[in-house]
Amino acid sequence: MAKSLTQEFTKGLWAEIPPFRLVLGLCPTLAVSNTFENGIGMGIAVTFVLVFSNILISALRKIIPAKVRIAAFIIVIATFVTVVELLMQAYTYALFLQLGIFIPLIVVNCILLGRAEAFASKNGIIRSTLDGLGMGIGYTLALGALAAFRQILGAGAITFYKTPIQLFGPSFEPFTFMVQAPGAFICLGLMLAVMNILGKK
Amino acid sequence: MREMIKMVVVLTIISLASGGLLAALRDGTQERIDNQVLEFVKGPAVRDILKAAANDPISSRFQIKDGGVLRTFFVAVIDGKPRGVALESSGKGYGGDVGLMVGIDVTDNKILGVGVTTMSETPGLGARAKTDPKFVAQFKGRPVSEPVKVTQDGGTINALSGATITSRAVSSGVADALALYERLKPQIIDKMKDVKTK
Repeated sequence: MAKSLTQEFTKGLWAEIPPFRLVLGLCPTLAVSNTFENGIGMGIAVTFVLVFSNILISALRKIIPAKVRIAAFIIVIATFVTVVELLMQAYTYALFLQLGIFIPLIVVNCILLGRAEAFASKNGIIRSTLDGLGMGIGYTLALGALAAFRQILGAGAITFYKTPIQLFGPSFEPFTFMVQAPGAFICLGLMLAVMNILGKK
Repeated sequence: MREMIKMVVVLTIISLASGGLLAALRDGTQERIDNQVLEFVKGPAVRDILKAAANDPISSRFQIKDGGVLRTFFVAVIDGKPRGVALESSGKGYGGDVGLMVGIDVTDNKILGVGVTTMSETPGLGARAKTDPKFVAQFKGRPVSEPVKVTQDGGTINALSGATITSRAVSSGVADALALYERLKPQIIDKMKDVKTK
C-alpha cells in the first residue's frame, strides 16, 4: 500500500491531521490556542522542528542502532527545538514571551517522536520531508482553527500581526469562558465531534 | 560487543554535532537576544523615565566595570546634549528582588524618574509600586544628595499603604543607584561624551 508522494503530504492535512485524528500533541493545543496568532506561531514552530527532525532522522536511519534509536531521536528533536527557541528569542521575542514554556515542551510533544518512530525511521528523505511538512501544516491549521474559534467567541476579535481586530460591534458581550482553560477542552471536544461526523460519510 | 561500540560511537557523534551546532547558534544570536530582552523587559521603563530623550536610550548604552560587576547605563540626549543617564538597581522586596531603573540628570544632579522593571510583589498591595505612577513620581526631581527613605524610617517618601516592605525596597534600591552614580560619576560623564547627540 505504497502511497504516492502527494498522499504523504496531504494525509497530514485531513486524514491524519494530528490533534483531531491522531489526537496527539494536545497539551500545547489546549494551552496556546487562546489567540489566533499564538496558535499559528506555535504551529509554525512545530512544523519547523518536525520537518528538520524528520529529514535528519530519515537520513541517519541506517546508521542509528535500533537499541538506542529513541535516545538518538530525542537528541535530534531537542536540538531543533533549541534552535527554534533561540531564533524566536532573537527575532520574535514578543511571541516567545507568549508561548513561553510551550516552546521547550515541543521536545516531549508526541507528534514529533511519533513521526520519527513511525515514519521517518522507516522511509526515505523525500517522503519524510513531505510527511513532516504535511503533519506540521495540518497541526498549524488545526491550532489556527481552534484558536480562531475560541478567540472569536471568547473575545470577539482575532489577533493578526499583533493587532486584535474587533469583529463585532460594541454591543457584543464576550463569551470569556471560551478563552479560558475549560473552554479549550469544550472547543476541542466539539471540533473532534465535527471531524468524526464529517469523516463518517 | 561490536554493537555496543557502535551504539556508543553513534550517540557520541550525534551529541557532539548537536552541541556544536547549538553553541555556534548561541554565539551568533547572543547579541540580538540581549537586545530583545533589553527592549522588552527594561525598554518600557527606560523609555518612560527618559521621556525627554531625543535619541533611543536603549541603543545608546554603555557599560562600566565596577569591581567584578558589569553595569549598564542608558543615555538620553536632552536639548542636544547627552544629559540623562538611566541605571539599574534593585531592592529586597516582600516577594524577592524588586528590579528598578533610575534615571538621573547629570547636569543638575536630580532624579529624572524611577521605574519598576521586574518584581513579584503582592498584587493590589506591593505590586502598586509598578502600577501606581503616583508612588514612583515622588522620586522625580529630588536632588541626588538627598537621602532616600520612607517616612516610617524618618525620610520623606510616602510608603504605599499596606506595602511598607515594598516601599522600603524601592527606596533602598534608589538609594543604592544614587550611591553607585556618585561613586562612578567621573567614569559615567567620561563615557557619556562619546554618545552621539544625533
